[in-house]
Amino acid sequence: MLDNLQLLFVWAPVINIQIILEGIFVGAVFALSAYGLALVWGVMNIKNLAQGDFVIMGGYMALALTSANVHLALTMAIVIVTMFIYGWVVYVVMIRRIIDQDMFVSLLATFGLSLLMQQVMNLIFGPEVQTIDMELPVYEAFDGMVTIPSSKIISLIMAAIIAVTVILFMKKSRTGQAIRATAQDARAARVLGIDTDRVYAFTFAFNAALCGAAGVLVSIIWVIQPFYGITYSVRTFAIVTAAGLGNLPGVISAGFGIGLFEKYTGMIMGTAYEVAAPVSILLLVLIWRQISMRRNRQVVK
Amino acid sequence: MKKELLTIALGAMLTVGVTGTATAKVEGDTIILGSSISLTGKYATNGLHTQRGYDYAVDVINAAGGVKVGGKSYKLAVKYYDDESTPARGAQLAERLIQQDGVDYMLGPYSSGMVKAIAPVSEKFGVPMVEAEGASRSLFTQGYKYLFAVLSTSEQYLATAIDMAAASTSDPKSIRVALAFEGDPFSMDVRAGVLDKINEYGMKIVIDDQLPADLSDMSTTLTKTKALKPDILIVSGHSKGAATAARQIDEMKVNVPMIAMTHCEAAKVHEKFPNASTGFLCPTQWVETLSKSDPMFGSAAEWNTGFKTAYPSYTSVPYQSAQASAAVYVWKEAFEAANSFDKDTVRDAIAAVEMETFYGDIKFSENGNNIAKPMFMRQIGADSSYSLVEKFDDMTFPRNVKY
Repeated sequence: MLDNLQLLFVWAPVINIQIILEGIFVGAVFALSAYGLALVWGVMNIKNLAQGDFVIMGGYMALALTSANVHLALTMAIVIVTMFIYGWVVYVVMIRRIIDQDMFVSLLATFGLSLLMQQVMNLIFGPEVQTIDMELPVYEAFDGMVTIPSSKIISLIMAAIIAVTVILFMKKSRTGQAIRATAQDARAARVLGIDTDRVYAFTFAFNAALCGAAGVLVSIIWVIQPFYGITYSVRTFAIVTAAGLGNLPGVISAGFGIGLFEKYTGMIMGTAYEVAAPVSILLLVLIWRQISMRRNRQVVK
Repeated sequence: MKKELLTIALGAMLTVGVTGTATAKVEGDTIILGSSISLTGKYATNGLHTQRGYDYAVDVINAAGGVKVGGKSYKLAVKYYDDESTPARGAQLAERLIQQDGVDYMLGPYSSGMVKAIAPVSEKFGVPMVEAEGASRSLFTQGYKYLFAVLSTSEQYLATAIDMAAASTSDPKSIRVALAFEGDPFSMDVRAGVLDKINEYGMKIVIDDQLPADLSDMSTTLTKTKALKPDILIVSGHSKGAATAARQIDEMKVNVPMIAMTHCEAAKVHEKFPNASTGFLCPTQWVETLSKSDPMFGSAAEWNTGFKTAYPSYTSVPYQSAQASAAVYVWKEAFEAANSFDKDTVRDAIAAVEMETFYGDIKFSENGNNIAKPMFMRQIGADSSYSLVEKFDDMTFPRNVKY
């Protein structure tokens, strides 16, 4: 560990740049799926355990489309639309029935959905690790010590465009306003003429579309496998919990923060701890909240 | 008188009853072998390779007259169950094969983890199992009496790579090694074998990273590798580890003179990343150019052509299929040597097997692992082909890679 610190700050400080860049790329993907989860959780109080599997599903769709020589931008559009429809269908078939039930029902139901999706993807695409290799140039800097593949730059730009669109959409459009109104008080929204069932359906479908977009990025910059969803689910839960519900810009910055934290942990403690990093943040946040909310807690007699 | 007749009748019925269950594993002129194998789930691909290896061997042996026991010819057949790639299900199915289906001779499942789950069951019932796909060292330290494996054990996988690195210089102590291994039993075994060799030569380990099970990004390990410039990089994390490593080695232009990893072929790194994978050293249990042969399947090359004819979808045949065929062949030899269907007699015959096959020599140690066959090392060339590397002079060093 000491060696790694020395390496980072004394021998080859230039690799910090590489790690920061990797952290930003990771963060961009996390931010997208975490944003979706924050919406679903905040608006409908559904804790979607199939979040990561939506991401992987988007990845596999991108893989199938690009291997059929569809252009990447078009692939992204098709995946977003298809995932939106898929999300709507899942809502109508399943989520609508559990929305008023308690927390465990939503956890169990979405966990079941997660298992189902994993197995279906495994049947269709096989258990092998796959990736989209676009054979794009790789840029080098600092004597080859820092490498930036174009695929990652493209994915970062795509993530930025989607994030800006989503934020504008939530702020300006009527549907966005309806979603926010429902999140604040569903009953009041209903009284004022908002069709909350439709808002719920839209939110869930919107979340699926965002995850699908994140999945396209994952399949371009890393590798996908039918059972990898869980790592994305865990990370998005950590991010949303850390940032707090209803704090959507916070979710995006927490996404980047956790991305960076993960990469630095990996560098200093070893790659095995990378996956543990977001979970440890989750723990710290929960402990911190426990302490800071202590004085507000009262015993009900 | 009547009573005597009754006793005889009862006795006869009992005998029939007893032989009835005892011969459940041999129905008519067919010997039934049992196997629970992964046909769905995460091991489905390799499970299928294994099943085809078994089936091909059964077909060839049956076509050549089958197995001769007590002057009579018997055909072989395999009863399969799908273990869905879950160890608990595998153990259940093994019990079902033995208890309900009366199978007394087992072929192994796919992967060390599955063998680990099934071996205690076959051991409990004293049913011999010849397995072809579980290489973990830990399988052969439990004192199992009924478990036999035709393949080389996992600690041998990458040890030869260290020998070759040592041969690249007059001072092996100066060699700096980077290690990236997943934390599962198989990869840890591979690592143990590598560590033994590193200590033997007194080499220096500069990176020793453990990779997580859900591995999709090892860029931090590779960033470190670029900064520290080791002489050899060793990676093991099944197919997903090989695919991730090759992809990121390509993307980050990692230029280490020697890179060795397991599962190159299974992950098809030579097809997907032809640039980066040039010069990778990849261990394999078997090569089709091996100069070994047997009277049943012929040479390694002949088995290879035969298998491809039977399953034309293969462009190159995975070694998993070859070793599966070898396991079936061991059963044939053991039955004939034992000249009996008693499972303990057959077990002793397996333990005494000493034969040359298209897959290599087979001779089991006390612990049941095959000690007669070495591991082979191949290097990926610039044209994405694999060539056998037996000593340092055979290989391209440093790897000649163009990013």
